[in-house]
Amino acid sequence: MSASTGLAAILLTALATILVGVVGVRAARTTSDFYVASRTVTPWWNASAIGGEYLSAASFLGVAGLVLAYGADMLWFPVGYTAGYLVLLVLVAAPLRRSGAYTLPDFAEARLESLAARRTASVLVVTIGWLYLLPQFQAAGLTVRTVTGAPQWVGPVLVAVVVLVGVLSGGMRSITFVQAFQYWLKLTALALPAIFIVLVWQSHGTPSITQDGPPVFAEPTVVDIATGVSVEVLQTIAVEAEGTVDGESVDGPVSLSPGSHTLARGTQITFPAGVQIPHADNLTPLAGEDWRLPLRSASDHPLYSTYSLILALFFGTMGLPHVLVRFYTNPDGRAARRTTVAVLGLLGVFYLLPTVYGALGRIYTPELLLTGRTDAVVLLLPGRLVDGMAGDALSALVTAGAFAAFLSTSSGLTISVAGVLSQDLIGHRVRNPVRAFRLGASLALIVPIALALLSPSLGIADVVGLAFAVAASSFCPMLLLGIWWRRLTDAGAIAGLVVGGGLSTLAVLGTIVWAPEQGWWGPLLAQPAAWSMPVAFLVMVLVSLATPRRMAPGVNQTMIRLHTPESVDLDRGTWDPEDRWRTRT
Amino acid sequence: MDTALAVAIGLLIVAAGAALLTWFVRSRLVLGTTEDQATYRVLHISSLATPPLRAGLEAGAERAARHLRDLLGTPALALTDGTSVLAWDGTGNDAHAQHAVSHAQSVVRDGSTVVLGPSSVACTDPECAVRHAITAALTTEDHVVGALTAYTGNRPSARLVRAVEEVARFVSGQLELAELDRSRAKLAEAEIRALRAQISPHFIYNSLGAIASYVRTDPEHARELLLEFADFTRYSFRRHGEFTTLAEELRSIERYLTLEQARFGGRLQVTLRVSPEVLPVAVPFLCLQPLVENAVRHGLEGRQGTGRITIVAEDAGNEASISIEDDGVGMEPERVLENLLGEGGDHVGLGNVDERLRSVFGDQHGLVVETAPGAGTRISLRVPKYAPGVHAT
Repeated sequence: MSASTGLAAILLTALATILVGVVGVRAARTTSDFYVASRTVTPWWNASAIGGEYLSAASFLGVAGLVLAYGADMLWFPVGYTAGYLVLLVLVAAPLRRSGAYTLPDFAEARLESLAARRTASVLVVTIGWLYLLPQFQAAGLTVRTVTGAPQWVGPVLVAVVVLVGVLSGGMRSITFVQAFQYWLKLTALALPAIFIVLVWQSHGTPSITQDGPPVFAEPTVVDIATGVSVEVLQTIAVEAEGTVDGESVDGPVSLSPGSHTLARGTQITFPAGVQIPHADNLTPLAGEDWRLPLRSASDHPLYSTYSLILALFFGTMGLPHVLVRFYTNPDGRAARRTTVAVLGLLGVFYLLPTVYGALGRIYTPELLLTGRTDAVVLLLPGRLVDGMAGDALSALVTAGAFAAFLSTSSGLTISVAGVLSQDLIGHRVRNPVRAFRLGASLALIVPIALALLSPSLGIADVVGLAFAVAASSFCPMLLLGIWWRRLTDAGAIAGLVVGGGLSTLAVLGTIVWAPEQGWWGPLLAQPAAWSMPVAFLVMVLVSLATPRRMAPGVNQTMIRLHTPESVDLDRGTWDPEDRWRTRT
Repeated sequence: MDTALAVAIGLLIVAAGAALLTWFVRSRLVLGTTEDQATYRVLHISSLATPPLRAGLEAGAERAARHLRDLLGTPALALTDGTSVLAWDGTGNDAHAQHAVSHAQSVVRDGSTVVLGPSSVACTDPECAVRHAITAALTTEDHVVGALTAYTGNRPSARLVRAVEEVARFVSGQLELAELDRSRAKLAEAEIRALRAQISPHFIYNSLGAIASYVRTDPEHARELLLEFADFTRYSFRRHGEFTTLAEELRSIERYLTLEQARFGGRLQVTLRVSPEVLPVAVPFLCLQPLVENAVRHGLEGRQGTGRITIVAEDAGNEASISIEDDGVGMEPERVLENLLGEGGDHVGLGNVDERLRSVFGDQHGLVVETAPGAGTRISLRVPKYAPGVHAT
């Protein structure tokens, strides 16, 4: 695909997003014949919006990349991303909606009646938001570079500018429609090319995805190295190289011996057919049966890692700041549940597709194992399999979908983080609420962009998995205990949030900075949820039991409100600002 | 990349260290002598005791007692209301708490401070730190509402007695303010009742008149209007709950405008732009109705031709932003200010809405009125999507 087609696709997505935001408002809502009831967002629309906001770069690009390199184990990512909503549906959705809270700090304040708990929750929301934005920006950089060849920083800055313009100009006013549009765009962008890819694959006689032995180049392949990479060669191979290999300038046949080789940027290497593919140092791709079967990962303790990942994904979804704000749009708890069911269906359909890309990428884009950019498989596959105009069009479509993924998730997260920053953390410094929100939005974007440009390139889905782990070890215990356990106190919740959120954040930092390879430390830090989540629960319960006098005075009334359907007519109490100080019998 | 990361982290650590050092040095330099620090401590503790006391003696005693005992530094402290012990903080809860009422008896009767010795206070336990009691009266507006009793192990010094009296006076001051709060809340409640009653007269006459004019020509329409009228009045006169959702409020306005349109015919044009995201927001009951009524009056009365009313409710991050606009004759800004301050006669509604919004959501959430004679009027307000204690019922 040419750079201009890709660029056009990206710009078109940005433009369409802003247009739906601005025009959607006018078209759908300017009328003198108004009937309010018909305007409430139906669960179906709302579910599309949640899907649109939720399906991030990790889902659109990351999952396929992981499946390409590591195989069956990685299917837990799409399963976990979806199943998180099952937990949300059963335990959280309706009570949370009935609490009237718009953000997680709101819930902390409503349930625990404590400003300190609110502040702690705010800090954690910002942490998780930044951690979730970081891979979005890295993925944006990857996409823009894969498609147009522009430098790494162009993508993040482009996404940030579009998001900032959208958020600050009020172009996101009809956010539900914008996000719903993004879901269907993303689904189309993956599904349509997938149909063509599968058809082409069948026309090739459905070659097997899983060869025995390590992956090889099926036909002579030319690989351009876009960024310098260090690769691991397993057996001596003879290739044609033009550029710089191991620091020496070469132009002609080269023999690569087993071991590590550095390939400089701009090098072009031609591999003959049947040659075993060297893989990037930071990957340990699996082959043959290991790829096909679960728990064969090259890292230590695959069983622990898998279970920890499952816990993080299943229980982390409820703690993601941009997911919960969408639930507020539901008119009542029942609608919140129905929305969640619809979300489960929409996500289930979507997540079938990245797997197809990952598996077929095994056959058609094996050189990604060499460059280490496995996340790009979704972007490259359509162009590789379908020739000519059609291929260009399909590539443009996936690019547009990927860009929609960054835009929708980043704008949703930015709005949530900016809201929390402006309201709770900088609100008392900057009195003007509009200026505070602008400042918050800028901060919400600048910090993760800086991190994305500074930090080493990590797998997109891995970092998102870490954000899930932090959410699962902090907000999950607070929400579950807050909704289902009367005796949770503010002291207990704060202690649990600090300990659980702190430990998992430290583990995340440890993974990013230190990245231990050997022994138990690697899996324990890379997948902290299995230990940090129980610790957070334990701390919350024990500290709450130790401070029974700090139970919120209005807890009984709050519990009634959380668990009684709105249609039941009962006394939910009248409002009284001093209520929080009053003990009730 | 790795070096850059290391440098960034190094810089962060240095910055954090510098910030910590600055804070430490500053706190030493600025906070001053121990005497100053003691003053600050006292002020701080009393500020902690203030919010619970502002909820009233009965409601806040439990939470305030701890801070009051901190302030006096005695082993135990009790707050009583003359008939029962409201709070006991410190040692000796089981042996002494039930006698606290009797210790305070004479104080509650005549309001003077009393010091009691071991003969009437001490228990059988020789180790017990509760042997002497100082009791001071808590008063609001000259009648005694309770007593504060501080217990010590040794004979209390004159200084301590003085301190107990001062603390009792401080508590009394806060209780008086609590009383004031309560009467203000009662007043607001009375006002909303008045408002509910006030909507009606003109509107009811006019609506019934308009409906009557359709009875012969278009009975079906008249029937619909009557049903709208019934629904509208049912909503306006409902008795429970101070809050409702924006959706409910808009539905009621819709009925109201249907009735007004029946009266004015084609002269009244309405445009409504509502984001579905803000429909579940909880707003004070009947907070938009007076604004729309105001817009209808200013948009149509005193002029010929059609008037247009635009109602907009938009999503704005953590808030919903609502505005009601008419293209009518406008108002004198000074008169608007009078209305908002509750001094003007004919627009009690505006001031009432403004006051309720401020008391519920805080001062930054009052009404914003943009108007000038001949330039139409635009009233806007921002409602937070969540505010503690605000639930639509």
